[in-house]
Amino acid sequence: MTANSVFANVSANVIALFARLVTAVRAIWDGVEPVPSKRVYFANHTSNGDFVLIWAVLPPSIRRRTRPVAGSDYWLTSKLKTFIGRDVFNAVLIDRNPESREDDPIAQMAEALDGGSSLILFPEGTRNTGDDPLLPFKTGLYHLASQRPDVDLVPVWIENLNQVMPKGEILPIPLICTVRFGEALRLEAGEIKDAFLERSHAALLALKDCGDAA
Amino acid sequence: MSAPFEFILLLGGVFCVLILASFVASILKKRVSPDDTDPVIENLAARINAWWAMVALLAIAMLFGRAGAVILFGLLSFAAMREFLTLTAKSRADHYALAAAFFVVLPVQYYLVWIDWYGLYSIFIPVYAFLLLPIISALRGETENFLTRVSETQWGLMICVFAASHVPALLTLQIPGYEGKSILLIAFLVVVVQGSDVLQYVFGKLFGRHKIAPVLSPSKTWEGFLGGVLSASILGAFLWWMTPFAFWQAFLVSLLIAVMGFFGGLVMSAIKRDKGVKDWGHLIAGHGGFVDRLDSVVFSAPIFFHVLRYFWSTV
Repeated sequence: MTANSVFANVSANVIALFARLVTAVRAIWDGVEPVPSKRVYFANHTSNGDFVLIWAVLPPSIRRRTRPVAGSDYWLTSKLKTFIGRDVFNAVLIDRNPESREDDPIAQMAEALDGGSSLILFPEGTRNTGDDPLLPFKTGLYHLASQRPDVDLVPVWIENLNQVMPKGEILPIPLICTVRFGEALRLEAGEIKDAFLERSHAALLALKDCGDAA
Repeated sequence: MSAPFEFILLLGGVFCVLILASFVASILKKRVSPDDTDPVIENLAARINAWWAMVALLAIAMLFGRAGAVILFGLLSFAAMREFLTLTAKSRADHYALAAAFFVVLPVQYYLVWIDWYGLYSIFIPVYAFLLLPIISALRGETENFLTRVSETQWGLMICVFAASHVPALLTLQIPGYEGKSILLIAFLVVVVQGSDVLQYVFGKLFGRHKIAPVLSPSKTWEGFLGGVLSASILGAFLWWMTPFAFWQAFLVSLLIAVMGFFGGLVMSAIKRDKGVKDWGHLIAGHGGFVDRLDSVVFSAPIFFHVLRYFWSTV
């Protein structure tokens, strides 16, 4: 291990601990168990802290093999962000702009899965700051599912983080967050793109409603 | 670090009760729920285990005197307010007001208790926070639910910070003939009020038939209330030797704080029903959240403090 990777590892644990102190985050495994099988966790996206929270509630052995998928157009814009995105969280950095990109994002994600990692993906594509609880999904989740149909897709609803740290704020407010993991789904044989995106969207939104009813 | 002899004695008594409780729970578990299936027994075991941890934490904090009490209750206020404000109405426009509540108002209140500035800590939240936080929210220009938002935030501060800070504030009281023993006041308050909660639970489980407020709380019964509050008051009377009170005074003060504690639980249940939750949080296994455990103490602490201040203290 190099000094840089030790520092990155310590930073990761410090960030996760800080996230826990502020949010007292609780994981609810409601349909899947925290086992180390290869998965794509797909979640709602309201804050830059989203993947930190998912990452913080995963058991350490699983955490080390779980990589967030993040936009390189955001995470490579400063030294600190690059260190956090690339070194600390070992993110799969994709270019969200089809004009400028050189790598195919789906191929990058498939390669990470083939390398033994699980992924954290935000299929809305960008942070949701409006009143709509969940934006329509981009097509990435479908393309990934059709290329790697044997990987479980686990919906993950993150509750309350948008109030802890709304977009544009730098000071987090301590409020309790929950992360609810739902039943895994896969692309079904012959399922068309729109039907799959609608079904996965509904599966994620259903987790929000279970939290509201409890 | 020095604890009065009475404190060690009381702690010994509490440990004996906990050992007995753990013993009874393990027998019940063997008889009723050998395969961990009975939720009541499982919850009982979790509750007793959490009590062990809470008693140990409180005892350690008390050994460090005022610093220990201020830091412990400051942290408890933080955890309680985090639970409370998770459920209250707020908008993005309140971000700075909420940040100020957590990172300015809370530490300042406990600092004022620490330096014993009674004239300011007794009005800091009811006057200064009350007037200043709505200004911060108003400056952001969001008017939807404004009154609800600022009121609920103020309520959270009053309950979780202002009222709770009266527990360590007990250590600042100067009572003639009671010098160096004021941590016993905290011990007395906690044992009587939490004892009353536990005894209400025990009497309610054993004899509870008639519900007091079925809409608010299905577990609160007349049998539990009367049995718990009266037995806790008798317990408090028999702890007179560690207080500045005579035997009969200890009984009446215990009755007062146990009744306040009961109503604290009732009021906080009403808020939970209003917000549609069963527990305030999840961090204390078997009990729920910090507010679930502290509700009775925060309602009784300021009253206990002022009764002592009016009738026993010289300042």
